[in-house]
Amino acid sequence: MYNGGKIIVGLIIFVGLFTFPIFYNMGKTAEAPKPNIDTPEINKMEKKQCVESKEWMKANHMQMLDQWRDSVLRDGNLEYVSSTDGKKYIMSLQNTCMRCHSNKKEFCDKCHTYANVTPYCWTCHIAPKEKEI
Amino acid sequence: MNAILSLIAVAGLALIAYIGVSAAGLQFLFGVVVPYVALAVFLIGVISRVVKWGRTPVPFRIPTTCGQQQSFPWIKQAKFDNPSTGGGVIVRMLLEVFLFRSLFSNVKFELREGPKLAYSSAKWLWLGGLAFHWTFFIVLIRHLRLFTDPVPGFLKGIEALDGFLQVGIPGIMISGVVLLGAVTYLFLRRVLIPNVRYISLAADYFPLFLIMGVALSGILMRYVLRVDIVGVKKLTMGLMTFSPGLPEGISVVFYIHLFLVSTLFAYIPFSKIMHLGGVFLSPTRNLANNSRMVRHINPWNYPVDVHTYEEYENDFREKMKKAGIPVEKE
Repeated sequence: MYNGGKIIVGLIIFVGLFTFPIFYNMGKTAEAPKPNIDTPEINKMEKKQCVESKEWMKANHMQMLDQWRDSVLRDGNLEYVSSTDGKKYIMSLQNTCMRCHSNKKEFCDKCHTYANVTPYCWTCHIAPKEKEI
Repeated sequence: MNAILSLIAVAGLALIAYIGVSAAGLQFLFGVVVPYVALAVFLIGVISRVVKWGRTPVPFRIPTTCGQQQSFPWIKQAKFDNPSTGGGVIVRMLLEVFLFRSLFSNVKFELREGPKLAYSSAKWLWLGGLAFHWTFFIVLIRHLRLFTDPVPGFLKGIEALDGFLQVGIPGIMISGVVLLGAVTYLFLRRVLIPNVRYISLAADYFPLFLIMGVALSGILMRYVLRVDIVGVKKLTMGLMTFSPGLPEGISVVFYIHLFLVSTLFAYIPFSKIMHLGGVFLSPTRNLANNSRMVRHINPWNYPVDVHTYEEYENDFREKMKKAGIPVEKE
């Protein structure tokens, strides 16, 4: 091979870059995080039920929170009627969501950190105080 | 016709993944086997292609000279467009790889009154190519969030910059939108400009449609059909740690996306996309124009049998004397 040294160095860099995740994750297991719902408020509930079904919340909570913000701030409408059971809730991240899910680190952050999502909720809202684990 | 065939091929690929996953239940094939095979084909294919190029001798200096070559000290040399040193070549290559210097030139030809041939500036291909390649690169880097755990810190910065418009939930990533726009522009350019259409082959349209399909399915997954990202990451992390698993409830769009990406990667070593390795190995770019300073010897030169006059005379001296031909040595 002509200029073999340079070409081989280039190929090693190429393979290294494209297999970087394999080396980076070596020895780890592919465990997905499970958000924790073990909080005093949730444990008090007879039927553990969020404002909508778990599956729906998992897929759509971010859009719902976005709509809630617009509804409260722009229209002054604070009432949310659940489409699951018709119950009424007050649209409030700090007073409704976080009242039950008072464990931001074990609930919100678990998946957000795993999927590298940075919601900008907390640039305005105050995150609940939690004991350091 | 070439374009339509390519479109049909890409649509067929998406359909294969759709039917395979939603009707035949071949999640393992499309989620595990195909990506592994594609990665192996990609790596081995690129290496063997590059090694094959590396074994081809380039005995002479054949750089494209795009400026004044090195001459007298009082003539200004175009150091990067006509480099005569290794350093100049490195700068030239960096400009080529990162900024597509060779497309930033007067590439528009016109016959004007006279008739006179006029060259003028047309930077649209350069701009479109730059937008396309850089956004593709950023999108590729952003995908590392699905392949690393914990996610390296610099990805947060990239995502924050990329999504700084904060439009919609989940936030619009500028790179995704620009990528789709740029690839569409590159396609329209091929279709709408007659002389470019004339030289366009199926091998030109197919990668464009494939990348369009990848970008569209990715955007659909993020903004419209909403794939379960934690499940997806579980699958990709399983692949990266060689403990593949198939989490429940991943939508079929993800498998279509993954199959198109796998096809793209496996296709690279056999196609024009090999320019990702070829750009470094193109002798018209990576050689210094130093033919006047350095003697370059052809590597396959065999020893030439030289028969000197002295030897000739030794062989025929007597005969030459008899014939009356003058000899140098008696």
